[in-house]
Amino acid sequence: MESPILIEIRNLKTHFYLDEGTVQAVNGVDFTIHQHKTLCVVGESGCGKSVTARSILQIVDQPGRIVEGEILYHRPDRLAAFSRRDAMSNENGSNDSNDSNGSETTEIIDLAALNPRGREIREIRGQDISMIFQEPMTSLSPIHTVGNQITEAITLHTDLLEDEAKEHAIELLRRVGIPRPDERFDTYPFELSGGMRQRVMIAMALSCNPALLIADEPTTAVDVTTQAQILELLEELQDEFGMAIMLITHDLGVVAEMADDVVVMYLGQVVERGDVDSIFHDPKHPYTQALLKSIPRLGVSRNRQRLDSIRGMVPDPYNRPTGCMFGPRCDHFMPGRCDAVNPPAIQLGPEREVNCLLYEEE
Amino acid sequence: MLQFLLRRLLYMIPTMIAISIVAFVIIQLPPGDFLTTMVASMAAQGEDMDQSAMRALEEQYGLGQPVHIQYLKWMQGILFRGDFGDSFGWNKPVSDLVWSRLALTFVLSLASLLFVWAVAFPIGIYSAVKQYSIGDYFATFIGFLGLATPNFLLALILMYIAFKFFNQSVGGLFSPEYTEAPWSWGKVADLFAHLWVPVVIIGTAGTASLIRIMRANLLDELRKPYVVTARAKGLPEWRLLFKYPVRIALNPFVSTVGWVLPTLVSGAAIVSIVLSLPTTGPLLIRALLQQDMYLAASFIMLLSILTVIGTLVSDLLLAWLDPRIRME
Amino acid sequence: MAVTDVKTLSPEAVAPGAAEAEIESSVSVASQWQLMWWKFRKHRMAMAGGIVTLIIYAIALFVEFLAPSSPGVIRADYTWAPPQRLHFFRQTDEGMRWDPYVNGYKVEIDPEALKRTFVIDEEQVVDAGFFVKGEPYEMWGLWEMDLHFVGSTDPEVPIYFLGADRMGRDLLSSMIYGTRVSMSIGLLGVFMSFFLGIMLGGVSGFYGGTVDNLIQRIIEFIRSIPTIPLWMGLAAALPTDWPPLRIYFGITIILSFIGWTGLARVVRGRFLSLRTEDFVMAARLDGANEVTTIWRHMVPSFFSHIIASLTLSIPGMILAETSLSFLGLGLRRPVVSWGVLLQEAQNIRSVATAPWLLIPGLAVLVAVLALNFFGDGLRDAADPYNR
Repeated sequence: MESPILIEIRNLKTHFYLDEGTVQAVNGVDFTIHQHKTLCVVGESGCGKSVTARSILQIVDQPGRIVEGEILYHRPDRLAAFSRRDAMSNENGSNDSNDSNGSETTEIIDLAALNPRGREIREIRGQDISMIFQEPMTSLSPIHTVGNQITEAITLHTDLLEDEAKEHAIELLRRVGIPRPDERFDTYPFELSGGMRQRVMIAMALSCNPALLIADEPTTAVDVTTQAQILELLEELQDEFGMAIMLITHDLGVVAEMADDVVVMYLGQVVERGDVDSIFHDPKHPYTQALLKSIPRLGVSRNRQRLDSIRGMVPDPYNRPTGCMFGPRCDHFMPGRCDAVNPPAIQLGPEREVNCLLYEEE
Repeated sequence: MLQFLLRRLLYMIPTMIAISIVAFVIIQLPPGDFLTTMVASMAAQGEDMDQSAMRALEEQYGLGQPVHIQYLKWMQGILFRGDFGDSFGWNKPVSDLVWSRLALTFVLSLASLLFVWAVAFPIGIYSAVKQYSIGDYFATFIGFLGLATPNFLLALILMYIAFKFFNQSVGGLFSPEYTEAPWSWGKVADLFAHLWVPVVIIGTAGTASLIRIMRANLLDELRKPYVVTARAKGLPEWRLLFKYPVRIALNPFVSTVGWVLPTLVSGAAIVSIVLSLPTTGPLLIRALLQQDMYLAASFIMLLSILTVIGTLVSDLLLAWLDPRIRME
Repeated sequence: MAVTDVKTLSPEAVAPGAAEAEIESSVSVASQWQLMWWKFRKHRMAMAGGIVTLIIYAIALFVEFLAPSSPGVIRADYTWAPPQRLHFFRQTDEGMRWDPYVNGYKVEIDPEALKRTFVIDEEQVVDAGFFVKGEPYEMWGLWEMDLHFVGSTDPEVPIYFLGADRMGRDLLSSMIYGTRVSMSIGLLGVFMSFFLGIMLGGVSGFYGGTVDNLIQRIIEFIRSIPTIPLWMGLAAALPTDWPPLRIYFGITIILSFIGWTGLARVVRGRFLSLRTEDFVMAARLDGANEVTTIWRHMVPSFFSHIIASLTLSIPGMILAETSLSFLGLGLRRPVVSWGVLLQEAQNIRSVATAPWLLIPGLAVLVAVLALNFFGDGLRDAADPYNR
């Protein structure tokens, strides 16, 4: 069953205007995020995953800006949002939210068109869409208490009073698995471990019960055990809160574990997208295939084969290849074609696309 | 916090001892001592010094004895009797001369510090937030100009302008009717009415460098991930700015007292000489030129100690502001 | 790739953006120094500062030739003579003609103060010229010359482009000579602090531990003392009967004695952060000894920062020397520095009679400003990979 669309990104282009030239960090990206689903965006570092995520919230750092495209946010109706909030405050954690907003979206907002400093986008940030980051170390202010930073998000978007907000914040801290949350409320981030800090970030992000949680490599900076715990926590919370998750990662293991849908990016463009099964079992794009070959598998490596790595290097951002971005590193490179045309998206099925000339219908 | 305070106080003791030694040694550096200078200057004026008086003085200060004995005698007097020795140039105990002047130096330096902060803080924020704007360039340029102008030159120019165009004198800290008067509210008011001229002069260079520091700090902080977190929360830009990056950039800003204060005290010394203010500056230079050793050493020592105490206060302020330091 | 494309195209076919594209494409292969130069070049104030700095040092190099006379020439009959403006063209019957001159002086007696004052007399003309023969001098102490860049054509009648002081000494000449002293004392002082700073800072940062702690305490201590009183104390300790040259070196040593702490901090910070870098570790594991590790691997990697910090500490030295000399504790005539000249302006009465005595302050201002802008640009450029 397809759940309704939450975010629809069309031909998004975010460029950075630097003195050395223009970096086309995101250059024509299309994909959709569905309600209650987890979308994983995969790609090597510098492929524009993070910038895409930040574009959604309009928090791209200077001198970057969205130059083209639409980010359509299908805002779930207010009532549904309220019922989700009730569900949460009931502490039952029931899954009824899933049924209650079965889809009537009343409003469609183009986030890309909003003023990055305006009121509208600010109301969406933290309330409808929230975000957690890679570095739990530096993503929290070092000189404000954990509690202060969470309650701030709550009081900003709700009518709750200071002490009600505090109560709610402590409840959230408990929910994300922080022991003795009422004591932790008054601690500073530097007194917590990396994993704990990431939990605080999650609590803060979920404080207003968002429709979408963007997680930008949330487990890159923590150790493997903590990583597993955090991912598990995210899954639990998704069941409970019913938000969609956009998970940005370069770790295909994480994708396999978490994703419903996958978007593969390379040099600012989407090269392939589809549901997690078809991406893993039937990858179409040479880049996706190469990526999958580059992960070690238990049992398969018995014959002491070397791991495949992708030939060549990611080209530098000022010097993008012509035609297909992956062309210079591709094993199926077709001279005269791949370096001439930037391959368009080719539909392979519903929500299944690949941007490669190999699949072009004659 | 208490432990922090105690530790900092303990650290200060060796610093103070070192300061007193340095001050004393500097004064001992020139060949001869104040007695020989005095004898020479009296001889130049055709007078002779009484031999028995000379003996008495030699005895009292341990002149002719090794330097460390002289130092110990001096320190002993200070620590047990509050006696800093005598100033031969004034024929008075040093302690009669230094305190009122030191107090005025303190007032002047403190006022300059507050002025520097009050001006540098908002301009620094503006410059960082509106980086590369016309205002930023202007502030940067004025800042550089302030840094490049020696204090005394500014004082001279102001004096010249006041004299030439307003036919006024800007020197002094008091109006003539209050100069010798005992302290009263009127005198305090008079002091503040005069204070701003030297404060602005002394503060210029410090303001310029603090603007640059605040700007650089804030620019650093603005790039930190927690700013993005706060923005992603939906905070309005201005609230965000003041609650997070500005608040955090304030810490290194406060800790600059450690070196701003010495420059301000230095500035106060030289500006006071030009404007002939009744602070330590003019007296110190006279003492140095006349080899009035106890007076000069006491001034150098007390000014340095004043600075060290100021730095301590700023450290405490910093600990109060920054939990990371407080909880170390 | 883009580069070869451009080459194969005929010049006319090169699109306007091609040159730009060429630069863009070469960003990735440019050397560190090239990147630094590009970054520096964009900083306009820094470029201007650099050029002015070069000009000032050039003046310092050729003072004997540039100054109309030597700085010590006393002409008691020209006390506080005001500046004479140089006119390039003279009005004649045939029109304007290139013939530099200045107007002469006439003496007026102030009836109240009964004081003689000089005023410019529009009627009188004193011939001036460029590359004129005048007072003989020894160029760099090596050979005799008597050619001056600008001056009066008649050696008997002096010209005061910037006025005269209390003793009728030419301010312009003094200032030009002062340039050499003021600028060199900054440079020399910085080099001395450089050695102290790089040595102690390096030792501190390289070894860490107790040595580091000790040196840091010393630095903190020196920095906590207000500099001017300390300088005053030290400068007053220089015996008054020393010859000028020795005083000059004495002052330089005193200035660098305090100036090294800033540099030492920079060097230490760099060392601390570099110590754990892979390439340093690699050099150590390769068996390179410590001196080699420091000089061959670590110093080059922060050399650019050191140059920037050095440039930025010159102004401090210049200002310090100026302040000390101004107070009468620094250099003394016959050595002239800008500070020595400003000492003439110490009391308001002299300034009121002869405001031009403040002009050396302008020289200080320009020099310090130029060096600051220059150094600032260098510092920004020193880290081309950082934005």
